[in-house]
Amino acid sequence: MARSFLSRLAAAGLLLSASAAQAAGVLTVAMTAGDIPVTGGNPDQGFEGFRFVATNLYDALINWDLSRADRLAVIKPGLATEWRIDPANTRRWLFTLRDGVKWHDGCPFTADDVVWNFGRYDEKAPQWNPQQFALSRAYLPNFDHAEKVDDRTVALTTKIPSSLFPYEVSFIMMTSRCRAEALKYDWAALASQPSGTGPYRFDRMVPHERLEMVPNAEYWDKARVPKQDRLVLLPMPEASTRTAALLSGQVNFVEAPTPDALPRLKSSGMRIVTNAYPHNWSYQLNFVNGPFRDVRVRRAANYALNRADVVELLGGVAQEGPANVPPGTSYYGHPVSYKYDLPKAKALLKEAGCVPCKVTFAISTSGSGQMQPLPMNELIKSQLEEAGFEVTLRVMDWNALLALARGGVETAPDVDGINVSRAVQDPINGMTRFMQKAQWSPKGGNWGHYYSEDAETLIAAAFNEFDLEKREGILTQIHEKMVDDAVMIWVVHDLNPRALSPKVQGFVQAQSWFQDLTPVTVAK
Amino acid sequence: MARTVLWRLLYALPIAFGVSLVCFMLVYLAPGDPLQTVLPPDANAEMIEIVKRAYGFDKPLPVQFAQWLWRAAHGDFGLSVATRRPVSMEVGGALLNTMVLAVFAVPLSFAVGAGLGTLAGCAPPGRLGRALDRLVTGTAVMGVSVPNYWLGLVLVIIFAVELSWLPASGMGMGGSDGFSVLRWEDLRHLVLPVVTLALVPVGIIARSTRAAVLEVRGQDFVTTLRAKGLTEFAVVRHVLKNAAPGMLAVMGLQFGYLMGGSILVEPVFAWPGSGTLLGRAIVNRDVPVLQGAILSLALIFVATNLAVDLLQAAMDPRVRRA
Repeated sequence: MARSFLSRLAAAGLLLSASAAQAAGVLTVAMTAGDIPVTGGNPDQGFEGFRFVATNLYDALINWDLSRADRLAVIKPGLATEWRIDPANTRRWLFTLRDGVKWHDGCPFTADDVVWNFGRYDEKAPQWNPQQFALSRAYLPNFDHAEKVDDRTVALTTKIPSSLFPYEVSFIMMTSRCRAEALKYDWAALASQPSGTGPYRFDRMVPHERLEMVPNAEYWDKARVPKQDRLVLLPMPEASTRTAALLSGQVNFVEAPTPDALPRLKSSGMRIVTNAYPHNWSYQLNFVNGPFRDVRVRRAANYALNRADVVELLGGVAQEGPANVPPGTSYYGHPVSYKYDLPKAKALLKEAGCVPCKVTFAISTSGSGQMQPLPMNELIKSQLEEAGFEVTLRVMDWNALLALARGGVETAPDVDGINVSRAVQDPINGMTRFMQKAQWSPKGGNWGHYYSEDAETLIAAAFNEFDLEKREGILTQIHEKMVDDAVMIWVVHDLNPRALSPKVQGFVQAQSWFQDLTPVTVAK
Repeated sequence: MARTVLWRLLYALPIAFGVSLVCFMLVYLAPGDPLQTVLPPDANAEMIEIVKRAYGFDKPLPVQFAQWLWRAAHGDFGLSVATRRPVSMEVGGALLNTMVLAVFAVPLSFAVGAGLGTLAGCAPPGRLGRALDRLVTGTAVMGVSVPNYWLGLVLVIIFAVELSWLPASGMGMGGSDGFSVLRWEDLRHLVLPVVTLALVPVGIIARSTRAAVLEVRGQDFVTTLRAKGLTEFAVVRHVLKNAAPGMLAVMGLQFGYLMGGSILVEPVFAWPGSGTLLGRAIVNRDVPVLQGAILSLALIFVATNLAVDLLQAAMDPRVRRA
C-alpha cells in the first residue's frame, strides 16, 4: 500500500502531454450508476449495467434490435439465428446457433458453450458462481434445463409451456467457457479479463472509476462494428457532477441530466435527446389490506391524477402514462382511458364509501428509474388529496424500498402502495409478473397479491399460444384487462433524456432500456 | 514512553471491537438487504435462500459476526458483496486516494486556520484590531457553516464550467491507477476537492486557535514577558508555544476527519476515496466493506489521537507529568 501511495506521488515525470481522452473517436459516457457494473457476465446496476456493459461485451442467444428510434425495440437473432418450439414438446425450444462466431479470446463459439452457460444455475457445476447466479437466474423463471442436440443446435426446456420464453433468453449473456477454464474459475480474475462475443472488447478497468472498451473488429455483425476508437464509461451518480463534467468537456455523453439543467445544457450547444421507452412510473397496490382492494378506489386514484402537471414538473421529459405500457407497444390495444377527471374520482370514492380515503405509499429518495421521486410524490399526494384521499408518504432509501417490495405485501400490511418504477419491455416484465398468482410475492413481482380468474385464464392462454399473431391478440386483452382493473396507479413514462456534446454524432435513441453505441462517432 | 505507547495500542483493541460490533448491528437494524445489490427486484424466495447461503448471510447474526471477527483477526476482511473483490483492496485503494487529498488539504487547512486564528487572537486593541478579529471570526464561522458539498458545486461551476481553468471531477485520464502529483494534468484534479475539503477544518482550527491564543494571552506570564521588555513578536511566540497543545488536539481531530474523506464532498468530484466508498457501501448495505472501512477509519483516529498525545507530551512538560 505504501509503495502504491509513493508511486502515486512520485510516478512519472512532469509530463504536460495533451490529454488523450478527448482525442478523436473517444466516446466518454457519464453513467448514473454508482459503480462500474459487473463485467464478468450478467451485470448488476439494473438495466444500466446491461445498457453499457453487458450488451457491449456480450451477446445473448437472442438480442434486442436497437437500430430504430421510431418503434419500440423488439427481439432479434443474436448468437442464435433462429428459434422454434419442438413440435413434439411445447416445453422444448430449439435454438439454431450462429456459425463462425469467435469469443474475444479466440476460441470458437460452440453448442457446448451454450449448454455450459445455462449450466451456471446448477449449484454443483464448476461454473456455478453465486454472483452470476444472483444476477441472472431471476430473468429465467421458466428455465428447466439445457441440452446439446447437435453441433449447431441447442434445446432449452422450460418448466411449463411458455411462448414468451425467448424474452427470458434475451437477458442471459453468453460468456466464454474457454476463458473461465483458462482462469480456473477464478471469478475475480474473470472480471478483469472478461471474454464475450460482443461488439466491444474489454481493454482496461480501474475499479469504481472507469471502464474502457475498444471495438471488436471481428464482430460477427459487421454493421455493428463500433465506429469510435474507444468507449470510456465513468460512474457518476450525482446529476450535477455529470452535468458539470459535460459542460467542462470531461465527458461527451451523459445519462439523465436533471430537468432544471436542460436549458443550461442547450444554451451551451449540447444536444438533448429523448424518446419514449418501456418505462413505467407507477404505484403497485395492496390487494390484501386497505382501500385499494376496491376497484372503485383504484380507478378513482387513476382519474384523480393530472398527469400533464407531472410532465410539466419534469420539464417535459416524460409522457403521460395512464396505462401500463407506452402507447407504441404492439399489445397496447384500446384500454380504458384514465384521463384527468376530478368529479369522477370524487364520485367513485363516495360510491366506495372511502372519504377521506386514507392511504400510505412507500417511496424512495432516489433509485434506478425513479426519476425525481420526492417532488413527483409530493405533487401526486396533493392531486390525490384534492379528490378525497388522505395520503401519507413513507420515505425510505432505495435499498430499503426494494427490500420492502421483495418481501411482499404481507411484510408491510400497513402500506397501501409502493412506488417502484418498472421496466416493461416485454410481456413478462411488463404485465404477467404483476398479475399472476404464481408471481405473488415473495415468489415474484406481484407485490400486492392481485388475483383475477379472468387474468389467470388469459395469461395461461398467452403462454400456451405459439402463433405470434394470435398471442398478440391475447396479450392485448391482458393489457386491457390490467388497465380496466386498475392494477396499479399509473403516472408517466420517462422519455429518458440524454445530453450529448455536439461532437457526438450518429446516436439513435432506441425505444428501449438498452442502447446501441456502436454507430456513434466523435468528431475531432 | 514505550510503555505508554504500548498501553495506548492495547486500548485500541476494545475500541476496534466496539466499533465493529456497533457498525455490524447498525447495518442490520436499518431496513434493507445486503444482497439487494446483486439480486433483481423480482428474485423469488427460493433464489434468495440459495444466494444467502452462498454469501454466508443465512447464518444467525452472532455467528456471522464471530466469523467475520475471527477472519479479520487473521487479516482477512472478506469480499465485497457488490464487487466480490477483497475488502482490503477496496478499502486500501480508497484510503490511498483520500490520503492524496489529505496530504494537500491538511497542511492547507492547518496553515490557513492556525494563521487566521493567531491573527484574530493577537489582534491589537483598537478599532482596527476589532475589525480584523471580526473579519477572521466571520470567515471562520462561514467556513464551519457553509455546507461543503454546496461550496464544491459552486467552485465547479465557477472554475470548471464557466472559466474552464480546472477539471470538474475524477482523478485524471488514467484514474487513480495512473495518478501522479508530479504531473500537472493530474494535479489540476486535486485543486477543487482539496480547497472544498479544507474549508471546514480551516474554520474550526481558526476558531480554536483564536480561543486558545486569547486564553493564553490573558495569563499572568504574558504580562511578565512584556514587563521584561520582550518584543511583541517574541511574546506571540511564547503565547503560541503555550497554546499549541490545545491547537494540536483540534488539528488531530481534523486530520481524522480529512482521512475519513467526506461522504458528501467526494461524490461531488467523483473522487474515488473513502467517503465515496462509504457512501456506496451504505446504499448497497455492503456489510463487509462497511466493516472494513469503518474499522480502518477508527484505527486511524486512534493512531492520530496517540500521535497527538505524544506530540503534546513532547511539547508540554505539564502533560508529561500528568
